[in-house]
Amino acid sequence: MKTPVLIAIAVVVALLAFGLYQGLVVAPTEQTMGDVQRIFYYHVPSAWTCFILFFINFVASIWYLFTRTSKSDAIAVTTAEVGVVFWSVVIITGPLWARPVWGIWWTWDARLTSTLVLGLIYVSYLILRRFSTGGQTPVLAAALAVFGFADVPFVYLSIWYFRTQHPQPVIGGGGSLHPAMWHALLYNWLAFSAFAALLCWFRYQLERKQRDVEETLALESLLEGSPR
Amino acid sequence: MRAGSVKDGSMSTAPTATTAAMEMRRAPATEKAIAPAPKVLFATLMKDLRLEWRSKDAINSMVFFALLVVVVFSFSFDPTGDDARRIAGGLIWVAFLFAAVVALGQTWAREIRNQVLDAYRVSTAPANDLFLAKALGNFLFVTVLEVVMTPLFVVFYNLRVIGPAYLLPVIAVLGTWALVVNGTFFAAISLRTRSREVMLPLILFPISIPALLGMVEATKIVLTGESSAKFWIVLLAVYDLVFTTVCLTLFETVLDAE
Repeated sequence: MKTPVLIAIAVVVALLAFGLYQGLVVAPTEQTMGDVQRIFYYHVPSAWTCFILFFINFVASIWYLFTRTSKSDAIAVTTAEVGVVFWSVVIITGPLWARPVWGIWWTWDARLTSTLVLGLIYVSYLILRRFSTGGQTPVLAAALAVFGFADVPFVYLSIWYFRTQHPQPVIGGGGSLHPAMWHALLYNWLAFSAFAALLCWFRYQLERKQRDVEETLALESLLEGSPR
Repeated sequence: MRAGSVKDGSMSTAPTATTAAMEMRRAPATEKAIAPAPKVLFATLMKDLRLEWRSKDAINSMVFFALLVVVVFSFSFDPTGDDARRIAGGLIWVAFLFAAVVALGQTWAREIRNQVLDAYRVSTAPANDLFLAKALGNFLFVTVLEVVMTPLFVVFYNLRVIGPAYLLPVIAVLGTWALVVNGTFFAAISLRTRSREVMLPLILFPISIPALLGMVEATKIVLTGESSAKFWIVLLAVYDLVFTTVCLTLFETVLDAE
């Protein structure tokens, strides 16, 4: 493995370790919820990271529809896959926190439901990619990504109107968060974003190599005049 | 007008589809450069309606499917109780959604036979007219389904409308278009996939959740007469507008994808 990659891995591991230390040791224990609140330092950064990745997926899809470059499609598939992984972290850590604090694993509250629905759209995006055949996969997937993104405001608006029970968002919601908690949250967000970027980098390289291999094989079979 | 078109011949379904495509192909040559848009739309729509009138494939399977859903759901709660009115909104729309998928899946299937879709692709007929014709055709099929099934729902679930009943047709039109416009588009997408019948609901349902929520809530509010359905009707109208625009913008790209 090349040295820059090794350095990047080392930096991400260090950031994650520091974030863990901040979240578990430095940040004060929450008064009413106790230590279980510390899952917040993973839950929220994962959610932010996942939304950023989904947004990049949308931008890359639009980019693909305009330019038809293989690079933009590779970015789209990468961010969708890694985004769904982080979305799974959000969906799993949420109930782990909700059970002791709310007394229930799941509730059909606005934020939970809309996050679930948003994730389902991107899961369907990945399923479409898996099932579609031949060279038109990128076009079909990019079209679906545009639909998915156009759907986001409707998902949030409709489900928000339905009802809400989730703790008000910390950002812009006027929540009173201890400065040390803020630090732990932001450090973890930094660490998670770096981790996501690293994962995306690996996945992107893999995707490019896979395409190169496929192209070479197709070319070889053309030259030999026989199916591979 | 459908009755009129039935009398004019007794061709079998497959040649009809091909002939329609051939006409479509020849149209630009005979008309001067580009065929007038509504003509292509109208010809495709009438062809689909005529095919459906003769075969009745979509309507029969949809109505029977919706009927099965009504019967199966009646086992899960007391269908004649007061709760029925509360649940009915969701039930009706889920039945229509499932049934609509049956018809939507068949939208493009008959264009595959005899390479009709390829003929469309090489012709100068505007792609969006083809899309609108298919979407309008599906809209009519699902509307017929709703007209047939709604009385059955009222009878089976002992429904009585307490709110303003004149809103129900408005909700039905907006909701049906929301399902059908995306459904027609996604059927064109799933056409290019393995196991396409499975694919359509998998990509259609997640995107349709806000629209479905709007239809179900608006219908429930009207049935129970509890509050105003204005928010949901506006939401559905904006949803229709946005997604019709997205469909028309992207359809040609998807049709030409190779």
